[in-house]
Amino acid sequence: MSESVASAAPGARLVNLELVKWHLVASAAFLAVSLVGGLAYAFQFHNLYPFEGIELLSPGRVRMVHTNMAAYGFIANAFIAGILFAIPRLTRQPILSDALGWFIFGAWQLFMVLTILGLLGGYAQAIEWGETPIFVDPLILVGLVLLVVNMSVPIFKSAETGLYVSLWYFLAAFGWTGLVYFMGNYVPQFWVPGTAGAAITGLFIHDLVGLFVTPLGWGLMYFFVPLLLRKPIWSHALSLIGFWGIAFFYPMQGVHHFLFSPIPMYAQYGAVVATIAIEAVVFTVLVNFFATLHGRSDAVRSNLAIRWFYTGMVMYGITCLQCAFQVTLTFQKIIHFTDWVVGHAHMVMFGVFGFWIFGMFVELWPRAVGHRWAHPRLLTAHYWLTFTGLTLMVIDLTAAGLVQGYLWANLAPWAESLIASAPFWWTRSLAGLIIIAGQVLFLWELWVTARGPVVGAEFAAVGEAA
Amino acid sequence: MERFGTTFLVAAVLTFLLGFFLQGVMPVLTLRKVPTQTLEEIAQHVTPQFEQLAVDYPGEFARHFGTVSAQLFAEALDLGRDLYIAEACWHCHSQFVRPVSNEDIRFGSVSTPHEYQNEMNLPHLFGTRRIGPDLIREAGRHSNDWQMAHLYDPRSVAPYSIMPGYVWYFDEDRRPTREALALVTYVQWLGSWEKQR
Repeated sequence: MSESVASAAPGARLVNLELVKWHLVASAAFLAVSLVGGLAYAFQFHNLYPFEGIELLSPGRVRMVHTNMAAYGFIANAFIAGILFAIPRLTRQPILSDALGWFIFGAWQLFMVLTILGLLGGYAQAIEWGETPIFVDPLILVGLVLLVVNMSVPIFKSAETGLYVSLWYFLAAFGWTGLVYFMGNYVPQFWVPGTAGAAITGLFIHDLVGLFVTPLGWGLMYFFVPLLLRKPIWSHALSLIGFWGIAFFYPMQGVHHFLFSPIPMYAQYGAVVATIAIEAVVFTVLVNFFATLHGRSDAVRSNLAIRWFYTGMVMYGITCLQCAFQVTLTFQKIIHFTDWVVGHAHMVMFGVFGFWIFGMFVELWPRAVGHRWAHPRLLTAHYWLTFTGLTLMVIDLTAAGLVQGYLWANLAPWAESLIASAPFWWTRSLAGLIIIAGQVLFLWELWVTARGPVVGAEFAAVGEAA
Repeated sequence: MERFGTTFLVAAVLTFLLGFFLQGVMPVLTLRKVPTQTLEEIAQHVTPQFEQLAVDYPGEFARHFGTVSAQLFAEALDLGRDLYIAEACWHCHSQFVRPVSNEDIRFGSVSTPHEYQNEMNLPHLFGTRRIGPDLIREAGRHSNDWQMAHLYDPRSVAPYSIMPGYVWYFDEDRRPTREALALVTYVQWLGSWEKQR
C-alpha cells in the first residue's frame, strides 16, 4: 500500500524498508503475545487465572511463552529491523540478498509460532531463556547463521577505511550469538548433567542478555543517538574501552546466577569479581553517551526517540549499579530466589532494551510506512504509561523480594511469605495493566499511522513528538 | 578492510571461549571424578513411596503401571521428570538447599554436587525462583495422598497456596492417571537418597 512511497524514500536503494517494516510488525505482534501471557500469569498469583483448568494454557507454560516471546519475538525482531536499517547506511552496501532477508523473516516468525505451540503443547526444555523446544533449536541456529551471513557481507564489503563503533558491536554479536545459543541449548541438555551443567546454564542465562541483546542494543545506540542529535559520540577512547571491556568481562560471569549452589566456589568467586568489573566498564559507556548529550539535552524534551533512548540508559545505569551489589554473596543470601530478581529482569529486558526498541519504532516506523505519526500526543502518552508502569513494577518487585527473603531467613511458615507478598503482587498486576494500557495506545497508533494519508515522497521522520 | 572486520569476529570467539573455559569447562573438570549414575542405577533404589502408591491407588496403579519393579520405577521417574519440565514446575520450585538463610533448618541438609550427577539431572533443575518451597528434600515429607490432593487442588491442603491445580492429570472420577502417579513418584523421589544412607 505504501510501497511506492517507501521505495522512493532517501536511501531506499540501500535499506530495504519493507523488510524493516515487517520485522517491526512482527516485533509488535509478539510484544502483544508476551504481554497477554505475562498478565494472565500475574493473575495466577491472585488465584484468578483466566484460563484455569485448561491444560494447554497452564500458567507454567504461559510463563515460558511470556519470556521467550519477549526475547526472541519482540526484542530479536526489533533488533533485526534496527540492523537492517543501520548496517547498509553505515557501510553504504545493501545486505547480501533481499530474498534471503525475506526468507529469514518468514522462517523466524515460523520458529516463533512453533515455539509457542511447542511450549503450550508440553515440549519445553528446562533451560531458562532456552525453553524453546528441542526441535526448534536447530532451526533457530540455522536462522541465526543465515542472518549473520546476510548482515556481515555488507560490513566486509564496505570500502570504509575503518569500522564505526556500531559495527564492532554488531560483528561481535554475530560471533557470539550462535555460539551462546548452541552452548546453552545443547551442552546441559545432552552432555553435561547436574551441577556442572548448571554452571553452563548460568552462562547461557547471562550470555543471552550479555552477548546477544546487549551488543546489538549498544551498537544501535551508537548508530541512532549521534544520528538524531546530529553530533558525533563524545569520546572515541571511551567507546574503545567500553567495547573491549564488555567483550572481555561479559562472557565470564555465568555462575553468578547460582551462588551458594554446589558449583565449585572458585567459579562463584570468579563470577562475582567479573560482574563487579563489568559494572565499572559499563559506566564508561554511559559517561560517553551522557557527555554526547551535553549541550543538546533539550532533545530529551523535543525528540521522543532520544527520550526513550536516554530513559533506557538511565535504567541501564540503575540495573548495572544494582547488579554490582546484588551479585555479592551478602545480598544473595537474602534476595536470591525472590521477586527482587524478577524486578531486575524486567528492568533490563523491558526498561532498557524494550525502551530502546520503542525509541527505534518512533524513528523507523514513519520511515518504514512512509507516513508521519498520526497522533504524536498518543505516543507521548505511550511513553508515560510505559515508564510509569515499569518503574512501579520494578520498585514493587524489589521491595517484595526483600520482604520474601527476610521472611524465609527468619523461618516464618512458608504461607507467611505468600500472605505478605499479596499486596506486592496486586501492585505488580496494576503496574502490568498500566504498561499494557500504554501498549494498546501504541499498537493502535502504529496501525493508524500505517494507514494514514500519504505525505511527500522525500519525507523522513526525525522523531518529533508533541 | 576484511582483516579489520575479522578482528571483531575472532575476538568474539576468543572471549566466548575464555569465559566458557573459566565458568563452564573448569567446573566440569573439577567434578569429572564424580561418577554419573544412569537412570537404571538410580531406579535400583525403589522408594517406599512408590511401593506405597501401589497400595494407596491399587486399581489405577495396576492399570497404568502393573506391579512394582525397578523397571517400572525408572519409567515413572522418567515420565514424572518430563512432566515436571513440561509444566515448568522448576520455575517456581527450586531444587537446591543453600548453606545460608537458615535453609538447612527449613528444608534439610545443604546440597552437594554428587547428588545431581545423574541422568535425571540432564538438564539439571536447580531453578532460580522460589514461589513455592524448595523440593530437593521433599521425599517422604508428605504422604502420597497429600501429594495427590495437592496436585489436584493445592488449596485443599495448603490454604494459602497460589499453585494452579493440575486437574488434567486426573480422570473424570478425579482418580489419578498415569501422569499423576508419575509426577508424585518423581516428587517423592527428590532427596530419597539421603534416607538410603
